[in-house]
Amino acid sequence: MNWNSWAAFWDMGGAAFYVWGSYGVTFIAIVAELLLVFRRRRDTLTRLLRLRRAQGGRPAAASPDSSD
Amino acid sequence: MTMQSSRGFHLFHFAAPNTFYPLAGRLAPWFAGLAALLAALGLWLAFFVAPTDATQGEVYRVIFIHVPAAWMSMFVYLVMAFWSGMGIIFNTRLSALMARALAPTGAMFCFVALWTGALWGRPTWGAYWVWDARLTSQLLLLFLYFGYIALTEAIEDPRRGDRAGAILALVGAVNVPIIYFSVKWWNTLHQGASVSLTKAPSMAATMLWGMLIMALAAWAYTIAVALWRVRSLILERERHTDWVSAELDRQGARP
Amino acid sequence: MKSRHKRLTLIVAGLALLGGAVALILSAFQENLVFFHTPTEVAEGKAPTGRAFRIGGLVEGGSIQRAADGITVNFIVTDTAKRIPVSYKGPLPDLFKEGKGAVVQGKLGPDGTFLASEVLAKHDENYMPPEAQHALDQAHKAEKTLKQ
Repeated sequence: MNWNSWAAFWDMGGAAFYVWGSYGVTFIAIVAELLLVFRRRRDTLTRLLRLRRAQGGRPAAASPDSSD
Repeated sequence: MTMQSSRGFHLFHFAAPNTFYPLAGRLAPWFAGLAALLAALGLWLAFFVAPTDATQGEVYRVIFIHVPAAWMSMFVYLVMAFWSGMGIIFNTRLSALMARALAPTGAMFCFVALWTGALWGRPTWGAYWVWDARLTSQLLLLFLYFGYIALTEAIEDPRRGDRAGAILALVGAVNVPIIYFSVKWWNTLHQGASVSLTKAPSMAATMLWGMLIMALAAWAYTIAVALWRVRSLILERERHTDWVSAELDRQGARP
Repeated sequence: MKSRHKRLTLIVAGLALLGGAVALILSAFQENLVFFHTPTEVAEGKAPTGRAFRIGGLVEGGSIQRAADGITVNFIVTDTAKRIPVSYKGPLPDLFKEGKGAVVQGKLGPDGTFLASEVLAKHDENYMPPEAQHALDQAHKAEKTLKQ
């Protein structure tokens, strides 16, 4: 075990700012990306559903590049 | 569905958006779970098993995210270039969407590599940033990601956006070997690679395992997030088809 | 039609901004392909004259001396072939040690002393626990004694 106490763990041998600054920002970046991905999914569904309802619930005419 | 399988080209079966969409939805949670497990194991090794470094003390523990993030940022760009090339050669609809789905995650890892590098450089080298060949080419990679995202988002015609993005991805891929070999080709402040195919790793075993498992976690995370993202892109792009209408009806019927 | 025009302007402006940033990065890249010169290169006159540049090498063992004023540090940077005396006023990075790598930025004085404005420590890609480092040092010492 590297640490004698939790205080020693959080202190990181005096490098707390650099070590936790790295891990903390990485964690924030990952959480932010996940939130953005799920929000995008929700927004896409909401928008396409509204579009479909506006067209009376029928499938729109197939566009030429997506007919296969 | 019958139309797809009667074509006979089995490999391309899953390249059809309507078969890939549900597959991606089934696979993504598994990769996300795997990423969480690997990250937990990797962090445990990083902080509780790997010993203090003789020269740097505890601050070296930044390596467990810095190196996996830097590897991932380079690898993701190469994969984007691969899908871009596939899209141009085979004109498959899914390829460009895969490249688009990967770009934000690659940019995120590129930013993390630069950020953690700065926080590691200050206490060891004595500077947050220097303009040496390694750091400069990695910063260029971040701008290539920004350029790719801006270009593909800005061009209204999706097919044209795909094409423009593909060209940028393929041309920009030249930067990746430049980043990787910069510490060999030129003299830099950044140290050489601790792990490479040509020599034995210059790290203690538990340090190395921690780093490799964190790298695997980054892989699993990237796959999960890209699969989730590509599902939105597929719905958007294929919104005129019957199968998306059916999928929308299913989603709309849910409470 | 108007919104399309606006969009196009935005794209062009965005790309111009990105292009400018990339151009600046590329020029920094080209300027710093040679991040530092070795003492041998300086001795051969390959280093730039009249402007600041960087020298890199090992801090010679036993060469670090603090001047009487308490701020100035003098040491020697060597690539084992040539040596350059360096004078520096300011904070030193933690990893700056005798026998370890360093990169110093500054100008060559008329007496051949390098007047440094910035000192950076360059470490290698080896990571090991203190016990392993100790064992390695002992082995090096033993090897040296055997050779003598």
